[in-house]
Amino acid sequence: MEKNVAHIALYAALIAALGLIPKITLAFGVPITAQSLGVMLCGTVLGARRGALAVLLFLLLVALGLPLLAGGRGGLGLFASPTAGFLIGFPVAAFVTGLITEKWRGAPLALAAGIASVIGGIIVMYAFGIVGMSVTLDKSLSEAAMLVTAFIPGDVLKAAIAGMLTAALAKARPAYVLSRA
Amino acid sequence: MISLTSPVKTRAHDWPAGAKLAALCVVTVVLFRVQDIWVHLAVLAGIGGIYALPGRVFLLTGLRRLRMLWPFLALIVVWHGLTGTPVQGAVIALRLVSAVAFANLVTMTTRLDDMIAVVRWLASPLRRFGVKTQALELAIALVIRFTPVLIDKGTTLTQAWRARSGRTPGWRIILPFTILAMDDADHVADALRARGGLQNVMES
Repeated sequence: MEKNVAHIALYAALIAALGLIPKITLAFGVPITAQSLGVMLCGTVLGARRGALAVLLFLLLVALGLPLLAGGRGGLGLFASPTAGFLIGFPVAAFVTGLITEKWRGAPLALAAGIASVIGGIIVMYAFGIVGMSVTLDKSLSEAAMLVTAFIPGDVLKAAIAGMLTAALAKARPAYVLSRA
Repeated sequence: MISLTSPVKTRAHDWPAGAKLAALCVVTVVLFRVQDIWVHLAVLAGIGGIYALPGRVFLLTGLRRLRMLWPFLALIVVWHGLTGTPVQGAVIALRLVSAVAFANLVTMTTRLDDMIAVVRWLASPLRRFGVKTQALELAIALVIRFTPVLIDKGTTLTQAWRARSGRTPGWRIILPFTILAMDDADHVADALRARGGLQNVMES
């Protein structure tokens, strides 16, 4: 129990710390940050349940008014902004990523975690993000989808990094990769 | 850690946090229902007035927090300019600014401990189903403590890398960083258990 709480809290803090790595802003202001890498890692390392809880905890603190999102952003306003859909998708993305990493034991960990990150951290996350944009900007789903496609290449790169990092972590500290414990 | 609560004290700081959050929910839902441009203009003017009341510092801080919206506003102006629907575009833009500004207003006038008290109250029904809500409160405290520690560790690690290599560390730093952090989390878990576990730590 203590270990679970400590790990979940740590990963919530890790997402915040990853937000400090300088961001590259592409078109339309959705910044490319390492933060979504943190969400993928929550899933691939902690597994579905703990990973989703860690991301939820992170979002709760952002909502409470701590400036933990990339660029020192935070507060309730983010949940009404056009990127709100991505935030709401964060925990679901971590859950799906974790679930795939947990269940797909046939493949090498780097590959399983990488593909899990693509499905959870990109497909699921963008599904939420696109709905959020479509609601806040009053555009159709396909129009909203067009606005975010520019970010997919950066996220594919992050999914590959998440896969490699998870495999490297499993080599260095096998006990820490709870999704495969 | 610095929260986004405004240091400029306003009367709204003393209002119950739960009521402010409930009002925020209502206002946001209404904003997304209303399509009339005059209503949206009036709402935005009203919110602007509220921001101006506590003085210049408060207003400027509020405006700075809205800066992240400009790419979206630019997009809407261009989009609706091209499609010839300026009124519809204006409604979307006004609604976006109002919704975010109002939500920020709640964040700026509510202290972190008041927010946490609301979370505790919201979580209290879960206790009846045997969920240990103390774990949630402890986790919140742990994240608030871990974040600056992790940032320090990350900075030290980056400096150590820079001292040994001419290249920037980039994503490679994340692996040693994660291992360091998870080692720490284990120590924290051991320390919690040594003090009698979650239950005891929260009661003392």
